[in-house]
Amino acid sequence: MSMDRAALTRAESWGLSFAGLAALLVGWTAVASSGLVPPQFLPTPLAVAERFVELTQKPFAGYTIQQHLVSSVGRYLMGFGLAALVGVPLGLAMGWFRWLDEVVSPLFEAVRFVAPIAWVPFAALWFGTGIGGPTLIIFMGAFPPALVNAYRGARFVEPRFIEAAQTLGAGSWRVITQVLLPASVPSIVAGLRISAGLGWQSLVGAELIVASSGIGYLLVKGQAGISTSTVMSGMIAIGIVGFAIDAMLRRVEAAIHARRGR
Amino acid sequence: MRERSGRRIAVALASVGATLVLWQALTATGVIPASRFASPREFWAALAQINGPGYADAKLWQHVLQSCKLVAEGFVVAAGVGVPLGLAMGWSRRFEAFFNPIFLLLRPIPPLAWIPLAIVWLGLGDAAKVMVIFVAAFVPSVINSYTGVRSIEPYLVEAARMLGVRRTAFVAEVMVPAALPHIFTGLRLSLQAAWTTLVAGELVGALRGLGQVLNAAAQDIYPAMILVGMVFVGLCGGAMTWMLWLAEKRAMPWRAA
Repeated sequence: MSMDRAALTRAESWGLSFAGLAALLVGWTAVASSGLVPPQFLPTPLAVAERFVELTQKPFAGYTIQQHLVSSVGRYLMGFGLAALVGVPLGLAMGWFRWLDEVVSPLFEAVRFVAPIAWVPFAALWFGTGIGGPTLIIFMGAFPPALVNAYRGARFVEPRFIEAAQTLGAGSWRVITQVLLPASVPSIVAGLRISAGLGWQSLVGAELIVASSGIGYLLVKGQAGISTSTVMSGMIAIGIVGFAIDAMLRRVEAAIHARRGR
Repeated sequence: MRERSGRRIAVALASVGATLVLWQALTATGVIPASRFASPREFWAALAQINGPGYADAKLWQHVLQSCKLVAEGFVVAAGVGVPLGLAMGWSRRFEAFFNPIFLLLRPIPPLAWIPLAIVWLGLGDAAKVMVIFVAAFVPSVINSYTGVRSIEPYLVEAARMLGVRRTAFVAEVMVPAALPHIFTGLRLSLQAAWTTLVAGELVGALRGLGQVLNAAAQDIYPAMILVGMVFVGLCGGAMTWMLWLAEKRAMPWRAA
C-alpha cells in the first residue's frame, strides 16, 4: 500500500500552494476574458482590483467603501458589545444561581433555535433601518455563544475555590466577581471569539435587508446595478475585516493563555 | 438525581407557562401595542390563515417544503463534494498544499455575503439559493473532515500498514470510521449554516419559502404572521438537527451518546 502521507520538502509545499492560487486566478482570468461570459457578470481579477480602488475614492450608494465600513463597524460594535455585556454576566449568574439557570435555560433554548436572520422583520418593525434594526440582529447572532461559554466556564470552576471563598466569608456577589469570573476568562474569551464571528456574519445579513448604509448595503446596490465587480469588492472588504477581527481576538486569547502559563 | 431532574422539568414548564401568560397579559392590556407584536389569539388566527387559504401565494406546508427541499439539495451536494475533498486534504500533503491557500482566502467571507453575487449570476430562482447553500455548507464539511483525518492516532495507521491493509480497505475501514466524529461535527455546522443562509436568501428575494413568508409579513406589517414564520424557521431548523443526530447515532453505534 502506498501511503501518501510522506512529508513534502518546503519547496514542494510552497510550489503546490502557489500552483493552487495560480490555478484559481488563471482559470478565473481565462473564463472572464474568453468572452463566454459578459464582463458585467464575471469581471477579471484585475478589473475587480481596479473597481475596489475606485470605490475607495468615488462614493457608491452614497458613500465610499471606507465610509460604508465605518458605519458597519459602528453597528457591529454596538450589537457585539451589547451581547457581551448582557451575555457574559447572565451566563456567570446562571452558572452560580441554580434557580436562574432553571428559569432562563428553557426560554433561551427555544429562542436560540430561530436563526438570527429571522429576526429581520421584527428588527425593522421595532427599531427601523438605521442603527437599531441591524444591532438587534447582530445581538441575536452574538448573544448565545457569549452566554453559553460564560455559563460553562462558571459551572466548571473547581469547587474547592468556591468553598475556600465561602469559608472566608464571600457572598454571592464576591464569589461571582472574584472567583467565577477570573476562573472562566479563557472560556469567556473563546465564546466571544465565536460571538464575534457570528455577529459579523449576522451584520452582513442584516445590512442586505434592513439598512441604508454599510458594507452589506453596498453589496445590495451593486447587485441591483448588476455590477459584479462592485459586489466582489464588497465581499473582499467583508472578508478582510472579518479576518482582522478574528486575528485580533486570537491574539487576546493567546496572551491570556500565555499569562496563565499554558 | 431523579428528584433534581423532576424539579428541573417543573421549573422549565412553569417558566415557559409564565412567559405565555405574560405574553397574553401584555398584549391584551395594550402595554405592547398590536402594531408591534401579536397576541396569542392573533398568532393562532395567522396560523389558521396560512394553513387554510394560504399566505404569500402558498400554504404553510408548501413554503416549508420549498425551503427544506432547497436546503436538502444544497446540503447534499456540498457534503458530497466537501467531505471527500476534506478527507483527501487530510490524507495527502500534496492535496493539502494545493487547496489550503484557496480555502484560507475564501473562508473569511461569510456565506451570507455570497447572496448578492448568486442573485446577479442566477437570478431570484431556486438555482441562486442552492448556490449560496452550497457555499455555506461546503466550507465546514471540508474543514472538519480534514481535521478528522489529521487527528487519527498514528498507531492506527501504522497497525493497518503492518497488517498489510489495502488502500481501499484502509479508507473504508480505518480512515473514514476514525474521522467520523469530526465529519459529523462538520455536517452539523454545515446544516446550520445552510439553513441560516437559505432564510436570508429568501428574505432578500424569493417567490416561495419561509423566508418569503417573513418578507411578505414584514411588508404587510403583519406581526402575527412574522411570528408564525419565525416559529417555523425554528421548528424546521430543530427538526433538521434532530434528524442529523439520528443519522449520527446510526452511523456510530459504538459511541454511546
